[in-house]
Amino acid sequence: MGYSGFKVIKEGLFGQKGWKPVWRDPEPKSEYDVIIIGGGGHGLSTAYYLAKEHGITNVAVLEKGYLGGGNVGRNTTIVRANYMLPGNSEFYSHSLKLWEGMEQDLNYNTMMSQRGIMMLCHSDGQRDLFARRGNAMINQGDDAELLDVEGVRREAPFLDFNNTRFPIYGGLMHRRGGTARHDAVAWGYARGADQRGVDLIQNCEVTGIDIAGGKVTGVQTTRGAIRAKKVAIVTAGRSGQVAAMAGLRLPIESHVLQAFVSEGLKPILPGVISFGMGHFYISQSDKGGLVFGGDLDFYSSYAARGNLPMKEHVMEAAMTLMPMIGKARVLRSWGGIMDMTPDGSPIIDKTDTEGLFIDCGWCYGGFKAVPGSGFSFAHLMATGNHHEPAAQFRLDRFRTGRGLMDEEGTGSQHNLH
Amino acid sequence: MRITCPHCGERDRREFTYQGDALALNRPAVDAGTAAWDDYLHNRDNPAGDTRDLWYHDPCGTWIAVDRNTVTHAITGSTPVAKVTS
Repeated sequence: MGYSGFKVIKEGLFGQKGWKPVWRDPEPKSEYDVIIIGGGGHGLSTAYYLAKEHGITNVAVLEKGYLGGGNVGRNTTIVRANYMLPGNSEFYSHSLKLWEGMEQDLNYNTMMSQRGIMMLCHSDGQRDLFARRGNAMINQGDDAELLDVEGVRREAPFLDFNNTRFPIYGGLMHRRGGTARHDAVAWGYARGADQRGVDLIQNCEVTGIDIAGGKVTGVQTTRGAIRAKKVAIVTAGRSGQVAAMAGLRLPIESHVLQAFVSEGLKPILPGVISFGMGHFYISQSDKGGLVFGGDLDFYSSYAARGNLPMKEHVMEAAMTLMPMIGKARVLRSWGGIMDMTPDGSPIIDKTDTEGLFIDCGWCYGGFKAVPGSGFSFAHLMATGNHHEPAAQFRLDRFRTGRGLMDEEGTGSQHNLH
Repeated sequence: MRITCPHCGERDRREFTYQGDALALNRPAVDAGTAAWDDYLHNRDNPAGDTRDLWYHDPCGTWIAVDRNTVTHAITGSTPVAKVTS
């Protein structure tokens, strides 16, 4: 079933009776070529690209809850390619290009809106750093524009430009960045994968990974054992527990990151604004809510809720940056479980067990990576070779020290990113 | 979240700085090899449940090993690091 404007009008005229479930609800088969553990954004896009790019359709996605019920359904929906370091830069550039073609590719409205991302700077040094980052982005083939104070004022006149502690010196504008409808991204990839024959199996928790003679042979689940030649772990904050089933200890700590939404307001924000010095960023959803957040709570946690001190910190930063926000009321907040690596960059790699692959460590930046991660991970599993834009996301870089990608320059050590 | 300092009693989380897994106390020998150092520096059990991690109580300057649950945020024990390592 394809979607179109015509279809929407037709269904409107005939009582909306023609819509059908978007994907099947199959029973798990006893064997697949590939099993993907985790039905979130990255798992679903991996399944989609395995089918679409490599013709591998005898695939099951096993999800312990419901599709898209984890971080892909609870994030601040920002899409961007404003990284600086080789390794990250080409990956996010590729991912952004996939975002730009996603709606046509999936025939699904993911509400991708390139409304721009503006990072603010507050000192000469930070402006120099942004000039350098902007050049790195342009060298990668993406867009970047260094704005002076007047340039920032034209975009967002409501900011507090003369704040004593954080006067605004300018900004780095990335106009191809923006936001998308997070749930729709998961649903679009799920539908695309299902249409190509992938089995999406919900309420199916993996309880064990079967390994014989150094090779993966399948998984144990709450819905029975399933054999497979290849198994992919794509479980974000729960990566540590799932990897442990295969005897693997990961360079990952799970931390809680909070985010907030205000009541719905008329359009007031031009795009995404990032106030890095205050650990604060904000955008406005199409529904009108201000969507904003800050830093990690900075202690390991699976609670999916945060503590008051970080809430206060985020609110204080919001008031510092744009005092008008004090008139808005916070509607709700939540905490997500982030799979944090020591250098703050992700992992897409094989493991020492033949046929077992892992895609994890997306820290607090997994949403924008959904298409690129799935594309590159599918390539790795189908061909056995690393996909060029993601070739640096190696699991062994921490052990060897070679190819660390510490984008923030704070050190490759847990609890610094 | 409130954390118990062995000297000052139960205090607000704002008074504490988080360091990370208490594994940091078991520093390998210099010649222990790459795998031991990789495990020490990078690899983590990352448990969803009971864990022990290190916090620093800023006002009194004590390093504390805190027994804590990562799912419920319940705190069940706190020992000065000096007593853990001695």
